[in-house]
Amino acid sequence: MTELRGLYTLWFREVKRYLRDRTRVISSFVQPILWLVIFGAGFGMHFAIPGVNYQQYLFPGIIGQTLLFTSMFMGISVIWDREFGFMKEILVAPISRFSLFLGKMFGDSTDALIQGLIVFALGAVLGISIDPIAFLASIPIMLLITFGLVSIGLIIASFMGSLESFGAIQTFINLPLFFLSGALFPINGPLAQGVPGWMQAASTFNPLTYGVDALRSVLLGGSYVGLQPLWVNIAVICGFDVVMIAVGTWAFSRMK
Amino acid sequence: MTNIIETNQLTRRFNGLTAVDKLDITVESGEIFGLLGPNGAGKTTTISMLCTILKPTGGSAKVNGFDIVKQAMQVRKSIGIVFQDPSIDDRLTGRENLYMHANLYGVPSSEQKERIDRVLKLVELDDRADDLMRTYSGGMRRRLELGRGLIHYPKVLFLDEPTVGLDPQTRDHIWKYIRELKEAHDITVVLTTHYMDEADRLSDRIGIMDHGKIIALDTPSKLKETLEGDVITIKANKIDEFTALLAEKLGLTQSVIVDGGLEITVHGGKSVMPRIMEVAAANKFFIESILLREPNLEDVFLHYTGRNIRSDNTRELHGFSAIQRRKIR
Ligand SMILES: Nc1ncnc2c1ncn2[C@@H]1O[C@H](COP(=O)(O)OP(=O)(O)OP(=O)(O)O)[C@@H](O)[C@H]1O
Ligand SMILES: [Mg+2]
Repeated sequence: MTELRGLYTLWFREVKRYLRDRTRVISSFVQPILWLVIFGAGFGMHFAIPGVNYQQYLFPGIIGQTLLFTSMFMGISVIWDREFGFMKEILVAPISRFSLFLGKMFGDSTDALIQGLIVFALGAVLGISIDPIAFLASIPIMLLITFGLVSIGLIIASFMGSLESFGAIQTFINLPLFFLSGALFPINGPLAQGVPGWMQAASTFNPLTYGVDALRSVLLGGSYVGLQPLWVNIAVICGFDVVMIAVGTWAFSRMK
Repeated sequence: MTNIIETNQLTRRFNGLTAVDKLDITVESGEIFGLLGPNGAGKTTTISMLCTILKPTGGSAKVNGFDIVKQAMQVRKSIGIVFQDPSIDDRLTGRENLYMHANLYGVPSSEQKERIDRVLKLVELDDRADDLMRTYSGGMRRRLELGRGLIHYPKVLFLDEPTVGLDPQTRDHIWKYIRELKEAHDITVVLTTHYMDEADRLSDRIGIMDHGKIIALDTPSKLKETLEGDVITIKANKIDEFTALLAEKLGLTQSVIVDGGLEITVHGGKSVMPRIMEVAAANKFFIESILLREPNLEDVFLHYTGRNIRSDNTRELHGFSAIQRRKIR
């Protein structure tokens, strides 16, 4: 009971802080618009996916990208908390490190999900056709994707001493994960032609690949043949989440 | 009386530097235990270990009967702490910080509102409770942190320089409340402070710490008695030479120079004073002022550590630079 209440409190705090931070919410508009409008139009001229308009194909990828970038960035809250001393207050609380990690992780995931929803709204404004049922179905998938990704961010942050080193590591991880997820163009599957073998291998080990594929299956419906059946994608994402949560709990219990 | 805290050769090293050195102390249940020491003595390090956020590099300790390493969770359930350094979330309001604490520390929901309102009144922040804490002044933040530590009625309450930066009136309020809480809920208090009068008035026992070791431990009055005698404070020109001269002529060797003044501890101060004047006159020293008084805790501190505790500007700076940093963000 105490654990649950502690967990809820930590979740609530992350969400409240996020919603109060207008600049963070507003700045999240910019990148997806640029990708969808400029990259989508430009790339779409030279690249055709049978049966789907390229922007329509790109859209789930950009959702994935948003989830990736914002989730990873959330780790910064650990560094802030440590820097400004609040982490001590949490660490001496009589609450298990598991609940502590989960509370923070759920909170940050909720924030990342909100960013994802904002991109959905932007997509609708930009003329992407979104089926309401498909939209609802993608919400739990988005959440599952953020769990693991937020965990990576939190884990890295719990090992980093400073904002600068956290930022540096982020760039190393975010862009490869993004480019190798099939968010922008097919890397595996029947649509991928002439993609180097190493890229295909790397993509197979990229958790985001499964997230983007799951979102595409849901959002593009029958016109898209997924790399994996939807349930396989979801099972892989869940497995990844569980492992990351376990590692995160361990990382938090050694944190000072 | 049972011991609620027991340390056994408790040690903490930071690459080469021994911050806490084989510490053996016991704190009795229900007492207010004061930990005094100059900057860097190892007070905060000791408290950090006792509240499980820092692992000892040697020795062991028990709080409320639980081992601080092996039963950290049980220890955390038994304690409350007000940290020396800032530890609030300044993006939340004062009230939100308090609710968060109450939830994290398992204060029953039915009691939360009442306790929080009471604490807010105590620290005189009821009118600012719903403002973001980043808009608080340094002293207001401190007051909220203090109030926060008093919400969940722990078995042991650690207060690491709790009243730094607070005005005297607020300090009095808070101490009165802590004493009431202590009586009503059987709380043991471990406190560090640089205010000697505070330590003297509040503590049942005081441990003086220096270089990671306890160098004296007793009740305030016993500690003062160990100084035996009176303190004579002298302001004079060429103070070093004069000190040497007094040692030579009158055998006054128990002396220290503090802020350019000479402090001598002697038996029968009244009869020694005139002889000091004579020596000064005979050797052409000019005495600006001479004062006789009973020893206080400050003298005890000085006696054991050779340092004056008042030369403490670092903590103020700490608070200040912390506030500056918050602004930059
Ligand atoms: N994380 C750390 N890394 C390295 N050295 C440390 C660390 N924390 C404390 N120290 C060192 O340990 C010694 C004791 O520090 P501590 O903070 O316990 O002193 P203190 O008695 O609380 O002093 P103050 O009165 O200034 O608060 C100091 O020399 C300090 O530099
Ligand atoms: Mg200290």
